[in-house]
Amino acid sequence: MTLASQIVNLLAALLLLIAFAMLSQRRILTLIHLLAWQGAALSASTLIVASSTAQPHLYWSAALTVVLKVILIPWVLHRLIDKLNVRWDVETLINIPTTMLIGIGLAIFAFALATPISQMANTLTRSTLGIALASVLLAFLMMIVRRKAVPQVIGFLAMENGLFFAATSATYGMPLVVELGVALDVLVGTFIFGIFFFHIREQFDSLEIRHMEKLKED
Amino acid sequence: MPAALTPLSGALAVVAAWLATGALCLARTGDAGFARRLAFPLGALAGLALAAFGLQAVWSPAEQATLPLGLPDLPFHLRLDALAGFFLMLLGSVSAGISVYAGGYFREEAAGRLTLIGLQYHVFLASMALVILADDAYLFMVAWETMALSSYFLVTTDHRLPAIRSAGFLYLLIAHLGAIAILLCFGVMHGGRGDYSFAALRAAELTPFWSTAAFLLAFFGFGAKAGMLPLHAWLPEAHPAAPSPVSALLSGVMLKTAIYGMVRVIYDLIGGVRWEWGLLVLLIGAGTTLFGVLYALMQHDLKRLLAYHSVENIGIILLGLGMSMVFIGFGHPAAGALGLIAALYHTFNHAVFKGLLFLGAGSILHSAKLRDLNQMGGLIRPMPTTAFYFLIGALAISALPPLNGFVSEWLTFQTALQAPLLKNGVVRSLLPLFAATLALAGALTAMCFVKVYGIAFLGQPRAARPAAAGAAVRDAGNMERFGMAWLGAGCFVLGLFPTSFLLMLNRVGVSLTGHGLSNQALESGWLWLVPTAPDQASYAPVIFLGVIVAVTLLTFLLVRRFYHGRVRFADPWDCGFPEQTPRMQDTADAFGQPIRHVFGPLYRMKRQLPGPDDPAPRYVLKIEDRHWFLLYLPVARLAAYLSAKIGLLQRGRISIYLLYSFLTLIALLVFAR
Amino acid sequence: MNHDAPGIAFQILQSVFVVLAAPLLMGWVNQCRAWLQNRSAPSVWLPYFALNKLFHKDAVIARDASPLFRLTPYVLFGCMWLAAGIVPVLATELPFAPAADIIALVGVFALARVFSALAAMDIGTSFGGLGARREMLIGFLAEPAMLMAMFTAAFISGSTQLTTIVGTLAHREFAIYPSLAFAGLAFLMVLLAENARIPIDNPTTHLELTMVHEAMILEYSARHLALIEWAVAIKLFAYMTLGFALFVPWGIARAGDWSALPVAFAALAAKLALAGAGLALLETLLAKLRLFLAPEFLSGAFLLAVLGMLIHFLVLG
Repeated sequence: MTLASQIVNLLAALLLLIAFAMLSQRRILTLIHLLAWQGAALSASTLIVASSTAQPHLYWSAALTVVLKVILIPWVLHRLIDKLNVRWDVETLINIPTTMLIGIGLAIFAFALATPISQMANTLTRSTLGIALASVLLAFLMMIVRRKAVPQVIGFLAMENGLFFAATSATYGMPLVVELGVALDVLVGTFIFGIFFFHIREQFDSLEIRHMEKLKED
Repeated sequence: MPAALTPLSGALAVVAAWLATGALCLARTGDAGFARRLAFPLGALAGLALAAFGLQAVWSPAEQATLPLGLPDLPFHLRLDALAGFFLMLLGSVSAGISVYAGGYFREEAAGRLTLIGLQYHVFLASMALVILADDAYLFMVAWETMALSSYFLVTTDHRLPAIRSAGFLYLLIAHLGAIAILLCFGVMHGGRGDYSFAALRAAELTPFWSTAAFLLAFFGFGAKAGMLPLHAWLPEAHPAAPSPVSALLSGVMLKTAIYGMVRVIYDLIGGVRWEWGLLVLLIGAGTTLFGVLYALMQHDLKRLLAYHSVENIGIILLGLGMSMVFIGFGHPAAGALGLIAALYHTFNHAVFKGLLFLGAGSILHSAKLRDLNQMGGLIRPMPTTAFYFLIGALAISALPPLNGFVSEWLTFQTALQAPLLKNGVVRSLLPLFAATLALAGALTAMCFVKVYGIAFLGQPRAARPAAAGAAVRDAGNMERFGMAWLGAGCFVLGLFPTSFLLMLNRVGVSLTGHGLSNQALESGWLWLVPTAPDQASYAPVIFLGVIVAVTLLTFLLVRRFYHGRVRFADPWDCGFPEQTPRMQDTADAFGQPIRHVFGPLYRMKRQLPGPDDPAPRYVLKIEDRHWFLLYLPVARLAAYLSAKIGLLQRGRISIYLLYSFLTLIALLVFAR
Repeated sequence: MNHDAPGIAFQILQSVFVVLAAPLLMGWVNQCRAWLQNRSAPSVWLPYFALNKLFHKDAVIARDASPLFRLTPYVLFGCMWLAAGIVPVLATELPFAPAADIIALVGVFALARVFSALAAMDIGTSFGGLGARREMLIGFLAEPAMLMAMFTAAFISGSTQLTTIVGTLAHREFAIYPSLAFAGLAFLMVLLAENARIPIDNPTTHLELTMVHEAMILEYSARHLALIEWAVAIKLFAYMTLGFALFVPWGIARAGDWSALPVAFAALAAKLALAGAGLALLETLLAKLRLFLAPEFLSGAFLLAVLGMLIHFLVLG
């Protein structure tokens, strides 16, 4: 394996590690930092793929990722939790060791699923498709087991990271137009989430999502 | 005895000897001394002879015989091949030690009871030997039932206690459930041809569906006897209820006949092992292992704790078998043979060290009248010999080198490390996870036995010893010591000279699957244990032990030579608090508290904590098995409900019964027209 | 394996060297820690003087101590001596090396842990039970985590013999193995736990209720304590060199190859100096964890190791 693909493998492994770490973290501030690191790993890997396969639009893609996922969105989230005064998400739906075990099961499932697909692809980074799929599933799991709203949003953003990585590893990134559109959607979505959080807080005096169950018709 | 006795006729002679010993015990009712000094030692000698014949059988070709006993058209078929020889060796050598111990243990038993125990004990041994020798389904089931019944009577020796009666009932119930499954399995395999001999069953060709059905029936049927999850609930009840030598025999040898049955039926009679079966075995084995050790950590009754460890070790044997099946199913017979060898090695190891541990527990029960760990402490001072042998057993079961437990776990790890041979990605990555389960179980076992040994033998007595007032606690008697020493020596021999056993087990593997280990593995000499190739893995326990002993001695001498060996005695460090009482030491529950904290949700725990204003503070902890409430009780309720419904048929009035006969007659006349 | 004279000479040289150099490593770590904490440092040779002082003293033993209590320090020292002979500190293909592979090495450490826990329970005070209970709590997760981390290296090199692992990893062209990175991180976490370092245990604490390892050796004095302290130093040395052999194996000689020995010494000294300084840095930056967070720390290590193994299989990297 060439040096470039080895480094991409290492960054992919780092991505997976961050996904697991997010499953086990209780402090929301650390979750935001982990999200930022995930964005950084993502842009680094895009950069390396761009330089070793000479695809200029990937450079723009990497730059966009850095600006959006490493700087802008973490900053927005940071301000959000400052205003909402949310620091800890102490309880999860199921305890952390069990969540980790389910996570490992999901990872094996994702790898098993991705093996025949990656044998068809012919990109530099095809062996990382399984890891990308696993990060998406793990982020989804994180969204399910959390009780507060902010970690759920972070899980949503991590899922988007995983999808982006899957795109780069299977097909050398999406067309630039599509990427710009997705990026804009994510940014707008984050702002809208922020507005919703204030509403939820006003209504229920807390950001725990189980209060939203009161909205169902009884 | 004639000069050249074939192994099979020798084994049959031993069975006859055991039956005769049992009958003699019955004949000499009222003579306790006879039973103790003659019957049990005779039984032990017969066991030794059986072990020798078993060893001879492993290296000889398979032998068959037919006895004209049994029903007119169903004579007893017997066969002694390498697998049966290995298990006979296990039965003979382990029971020899236990029989000698029993001779000493029962010295205070009433004469009437002792004769019954003698009879049941030897019939039990004989029936186990017949199970191993059986070559047709009929003799197998007869011997299996005899084994179950004689062990039931042994378990309920103290039948006046209701707890023991219910333990015996549960034991018999699950044993019979298993027997039904085994019978059905033989039925599936024989496919309606009418010939139940194993040769016919072996030759029968089964479709994949039926062979899987037979596998499931055999696995769960023998698993019920082996104490596998979820059919394990009888083990922690029955083994502590029995007298200690019987517990040793139950845990050490009877569970192994179930393993024998599994291996014989699945590998030999059904054949064509599939990897999916192996995966199921691995899953259940991993669950059994973790369940057994986690519950063992919570016990404070010594014998119950040892019983849960038996559950755990059966799980470890199943892990080895499962890995072997997975490799054979995927077409890697050498790795499969290694897995089978690891499982069989662990079978022998467990028989030896679990027997030793139960015998030690029996000595404690006998001499100090103590069974509850929370009341023990400091027993190493009045009982140093028992403490020494128990230490060997504890180190062996914790899989510490250079004793025998480590060798079989090492071989199981080596089997798991053959995983890169597999092509299926999912299974290939699952195998190391099962190895991780094994590692976790080994570490937890070590923790549990530090707790057991530390609380029972070391430290200070936690409660006043309930032995007869004024009488000191005595150490084990001579016969008890001999039995324990025999098994302790077994631990050392199995641990230090594993290559000879590897060669023997290789013969068993070759006779069962047709494949064995590589040549490099077999030609490495007695010093090195090499399962695949010398540069892949090797282990030399003799060097291990030699270096540690040599360095210990050398250090001792050098320190004495260059410095000095002066000692002063004083009180232990009390951190400035002079009111230390022995009651302030860790109890068994206290030692298990970190595990309760970490694994809390797995237990069904009821705790009662004292409040700050309680005048008489009490701490009550009750840990129950979830399986009991999730599986056993609902099934029992269903059975009771169905029985109640069917019971409506029994009206008690004769006219109703006559009406039943009349209706049946009418129905037959209608349908037979 | 070299069973001839140079091989045996290498074996004896390595074993004696490790036993004599281990206290120096402890002294170096203590000195780095003192510098980082802006204290004036004790001499690196201080542990030797401490050992000598301890050997001269009279042993004070509790009245009810059993023979196990008096035997344990020697057994611990013997186990660590054996471990020092197996780990390829200076050279591979030593005569003793095939006697134990990585699994047996974990077994040796487990044997030492069980004996020290039993000796702790021997006295019959609450502190011994406390130490034994906590040590087994840490051990029951550390041992599987270490096994899994070493299995990753074993899968990559196709063997559990340390000789073969070092040979394979040292002589491949330089490649980044993500699985080895994870396994290395897990190994580091286990090293901190097993050697009673911060964040699991504070080796310099005086408060009995915060002790884990120290509580087990509270009753020992004089030559027994000296042997135990020495064994602890050899254990740290063995763990560090084991880490080097698995993850940074360059510079290790082959037994019998005298010309490669100076390079091996130099490489070892450099690696140990860096590792010792790194350990001191970690101890200064981290704080001791609450006791019941230690299982979480170690299950994190276990999961990292399992993850590394999975990544090896599924990504082949």
